[in-house]
Amino acid sequence: MKTVTLTLTKPPELMLEGQNITPDNFAGKKAAEIAALDVWEGKQKGPLGKYFTVEGDGGATAAETKIVLRGDCTRVKRIGQQMTAGEIVIEGNADMYIGGWMKGGKMHVKGNVDSFCGIGMEGGELVVDGDAGHHLGASPRGEWRGMQGGVIRVAGNVGNDTATFINGGTIVIGGDADIHISTHGEGGTVIVKGNTKGRVGGQMVKGDIYIYGTIENPLPGFSMVGEVEQEVDGETARFAHYIGDLGERHPVSRGKTVYANLYTRI
Amino acid sequence: MGELLIRNGFVFDPLQGIKGDRMDIGVKDGKIVETSALNSPKTIDAAGMAVMAGGVDIHSHVVGPKVNVGRLFRPEDKLFKSPHKSPTCSRMEMGFSVPSTFKTGYDYARMGYVFVNEAAMPPLHSPHVHEEIRDTPIIDNAAMPVFGNNWFTLEYLKNNEIENNAAYTAWLLRATHGFGIKVVNPGGSEAWGWGLNCEHIHDPVPYFDIAPAEIVKGLIETNEFLGLPHSVHLHCNNLGNPGNYTDTLESLKLAEGYAPKNDFGREQVLHITHLQFHAYGGDSWGNFESRAKDVMDYVNAHDNITVDMGQVTLDETTTMTADGPFEHHLRALNNLKWANVDVELETAAGVVPYIYSPKIKVCTIQWAVGLEIALLSKDPMRTFVTTDHPNAGPFTRYPQVITWLMSRAARDATMKTFKWLERTIDATSIDGIDRELTLYEIAQMTRAGPAKALGVGNTYGGLAPGMDADIAVYALNPEDMPSDPTMIEKAFSRCAWLVKDGIVTVRDGEVVEEPAKRTVWVDVKVPENAQVQRDIYEHFLRHYSVKLDNYSLFEEHLHNPRVIEVDTTQ
Repeated sequence: MKTVTLTLTKPPELMLEGQNITPDNFAGKKAAEIAALDVWEGKQKGPLGKYFTVEGDGGATAAETKIVLRGDCTRVKRIGQQMTAGEIVIEGNADMYIGGWMKGGKMHVKGNVDSFCGIGMEGGELVVDGDAGHHLGASPRGEWRGMQGGVIRVAGNVGNDTATFINGGTIVIGGDADIHISTHGEGGTVIVKGNTKGRVGGQMVKGDIYIYGTIENPLPGFSMVGEVEQEVDGETARFAHYIGDLGERHPVSRGKTVYANLYTRI
Repeated sequence: MGELLIRNGFVFDPLQGIKGDRMDIGVKDGKIVETSALNSPKTIDAAGMAVMAGGVDIHSHVVGPKVNVGRLFRPEDKLFKSPHKSPTCSRMEMGFSVPSTFKTGYDYARMGYVFVNEAAMPPLHSPHVHEEIRDTPIIDNAAMPVFGNNWFTLEYLKNNEIENNAAYTAWLLRATHGFGIKVVNPGGSEAWGWGLNCEHIHDPVPYFDIAPAEIVKGLIETNEFLGLPHSVHLHCNNLGNPGNYTDTLESLKLAEGYAPKNDFGREQVLHITHLQFHAYGGDSWGNFESRAKDVMDYVNAHDNITVDMGQVTLDETTTMTADGPFEHHLRALNNLKWANVDVELETAAGVVPYIYSPKIKVCTIQWAVGLEIALLSKDPMRTFVTTDHPNAGPFTRYPQVITWLMSRAARDATMKTFKWLERTIDATSIDGIDRELTLYEIAQMTRAGPAKALGVGNTYGGLAPGMDADIAVYALNPEDMPSDPTMIEKAFSRCAWLVKDGIVTVRDGEVVEEPAKRTVWVDVKVPENAQVQRDIYEHFLRHYSVKLDNYSLFEEHLHNPRVIEVDTTQ
């Protein structure tokens, strides 16, 4: 695997649209060619090299390309958007839409990210050591086909509207989550190891949510059906098991109605 | 304006009966002229190419509030589907199934179309419709206000007051600067206000106590009483349901005994739109089947009816119609988002995204039904290419539809992708049809026929001297048609040349000029009618949310009008 190191030397005045920063776009390119790729600051298009110094060449394929971003990327958006393979490491913070529409590969952000990260994700792994903003792993605006697969791990806290319209894949949140988790969900798993505010699983049809801490305002559409012991994210614990959202339509599979499952740790 | 000479092309002009003759077409001051009238024209070399009049779309939802609802509530229709701005166009383009106004104009022009009839204008929202017409570049637009659920219409027709209904119709056409009488699910959209529907043409409308059959007959009588350019344009009751072909046949029979009366060369009294959605047999989605043959047998035998296809293109699209109850029904089928609107005394509307998948049996049967309608037609001058944009698919798929019609191999290639191919073949007659339409028949179905049915055949849809110089040149040689059907699609997607009003607008598939577009509307002069004036005043006083003075379209909303005048006082 070859490594391309981008160091942000001239931070943009506006937000920088960095959707070209992916292993797919860097593969097969020399450092100079990578520096010539387009990025947008507001409506102005410029070469990547205007903002970053580029060291190292891309690998032959996306899978053989690793990108390391250094410097304060708090104003750089859309890194790793639609990537299919390879690896990206962001040494500090990053802005919105990090790992959006990811199909494969691995991203590791060592700082915080803003909103809309991992939206429309289909595969791969997105790891954030800090906090994430709103709409983590949610569906893009208007879209009813949300996260299809892959894994998102956020060590810190997240904002609201996590995993809206989730269809598959797993989101693990180490800290707390704000309101609206898995709204309209039809599959997939969300694990919150801290506390949540409320509206957990609203209009959810199918899928699983695990809450280790408290739900400040639980929804009346969920009904407790028992207690279970389950292995979640490598550790076994006892959970109260709720089904819901009872106000929503539910598919029937092999004669049995399918509900979404909400587990809260006992 | 300059002179143009389009040389040596194979000319297809059904209005003059020209079937691919090698001819020159002269253009002077925006009109077609005899080539002898030219002095020093610029020349377009069309050797080895097909030359046709600019395309005419008889039924497409491109402007107005319901289209805009579709744009607003489907941001995902734009995501990763919008092209970068073309360097030769003045505006950005966005969207796939509900494109922005600019993309609509450019894409129609790229396909060689010049006239698009907006299929349903809610009269109350006519200012919005006309503002979007203004913002849709290049193509001329007309818009048909909806009458089939209008309280005035229902009341007049209940009492059989054709003359009063005609006076009201004339008033509304002028108030909205509309083009003709559109009828959507007659009575059913009004019944939707009570949570009901009129699935059959004899189901009474609540409160008004009139049946859809009476509404349609009354409007045909009104239309012929006024002598409008276009006929009644009907979206039948019971759209989209298994077994609805019997209702469609009953609706078609309503036109029996009526003859066209107009000065515009129109020969039909009833246009049935998106017939594909109305030609289904069976009594459930399980035994859903095509009844296109039954319906087309009737259409073929009756000269006073025209139809358009409403071809399903197997795309993810956005359905939108003034048929409010149908959209509610559709929402329950696919569980996707739904918008629903009531327009006071006039109409309703609904919008729901829909995915026509080649993996779903009903969708592939629908695909076959649309093609059967066109391929079983005996008179291409009465059967028109549409996708009921965007309901059965976006208009940008017309080249694909034309290719399916012109090539059995193209149909077979698409059918190979069907999950339920055997069942689709069993439920339809598509596999038994070998017919491949010619370029002449395509010219009939996409320009000459629709122009004549709309009553604008003296201006659009043909290449006779004196007509608008709207000319599309396609890189297709009728003496050497490509064996690969995708080449046909490519040629119709991006015309080699489009001349609009004598101005070279598209060259090699790229928009190079944006000539002024027009709003085409029909102004009908009727005798003063004190009763209708009073009825309008009273209804506005009691029932409308706007004052009468604020209702009619203000002049500043009307963009570059082309008025078609009809005088009934003579």
